[in-house]
Amino acid sequence: MTQEPTNVAAPKRGVPLWVQILVWIGLLGLLGLLAAGLLKAKNPIIAVRSSVPDFTVPLFSGYEYNTASEVKLSELKGKVVLVNFWASWCQPCRTEAADLESAWQSYAEKGQVVFLGVDYVDTEPEARSYMTDFNISYPNGPDMGTRISQIFNRNLGVPETYVIDQEGILRFIQIGPFQSVAEIQSVIDPLLAGR
Amino acid sequence: MKAKTILLVSGAFLVLTVALFLTRKVSAQAPTPSDDQVNAIASQLFCPVCENTPLDVCPTTACHQWRELIRQMLAEGKSPAAIKQYFVDYYGARVLSEPPVTGINWLVYTVPPVAFIAGATLLFMAFRTWRKMGKEPAAGTASSPPASNDGSSPGTGSGNVLDDQYVARIEEELKKRK
Repeated sequence: MTQEPTNVAAPKRGVPLWVQILVWIGLLGLLGLLAAGLLKAKNPIIAVRSSVPDFTVPLFSGYEYNTASEVKLSELKGKVVLVNFWASWCQPCRTEAADLESAWQSYAEKGQVVFLGVDYVDTEPEARSYMTDFNISYPNGPDMGTRISQIFNRNLGVPETYVIDQEGILRFIQIGPFQSVAEIQSVIDPLLAGR
Repeated sequence: MKAKTILLVSGAFLVLTVALFLTRKVSAQAPTPSDDQVNAIASQLFCPVCENTPLDVCPTTACHQWRELIRQMLAEGKSPAAIKQYFVDYYGARVLSEPPVTGINWLVYTVPPVAFIAGATLLFMAFRTWRKMGKEPAAGTASSPPASNDGSSPGTGSGNVLDDQYVARIEEELKKRK
């Protein structure tokens, strides 16, 4: 007597398909995150001629803006805004500090321009003594949580200066210190003239 | 004369009392925190300017200022947790050597153990499969009884189903040819 052959399923081997799919999705997700992080680090968030996202600078006591203890960029629409990142430990910042103050003095009276000093990764006592040393009078405040510098994606160091026009559009980026008052004015004056 | 002496003694006593009071006041002040105390906190922080260099060994002016700030806060009686929180508030969470488990940071804590467990599971499964594959031929040879010549069903009761099927099919084919 013979036995009829029966269909027996082949024994299962290896990792189940759904596990493989999940692993690949996870790996691709991680690679995507890594790529996004690298791209973010490489490319500036704000390019010249693009709109600057709104931000608020809490101001040091004694360096307020029209007696306000903090200033919001959106509140300055209609004015040219110069945002200067500096720190007391930064030597190149010292070379431009006096020029910035002189330039500010030349615009302060008309009220068409606002200078905003953003103190980057600094300690307040040293920041205050720096501002006293250079007789700085324009509004200044700390970059709390480095949130403002992250908007501008600063990765190069201080000083850096960003000039924003009356419509909130970034018009000029200065990496490193300005060399003279005239150089600062040559950036701001055309914007005041509507160019 | 006597009154003058009394006045002098009283004055000296007053000066002595004031001096003692001042000395006590000075000695009651908290001692300046040592470098070790400062560095115990600084080693858990990173300055954003000097990436990848812990604050306790960073030689820059910015980091020196930070360490002095820690010393000042310790002297004021602030706890290490409060000091770290101050730095997070002021400079952002990226100054911490151990990122807080919030937002995307949770990946830092979950991916490594998950990857380790997944890898260990895969290895375990792979080893089990290889062991089975190594055992199968030997088991098949031992459990397959020789096919009988009288046409009776061979291998019944043996554990190797595939061999039985194979023998059965051969017998079937032989029958058809007869």
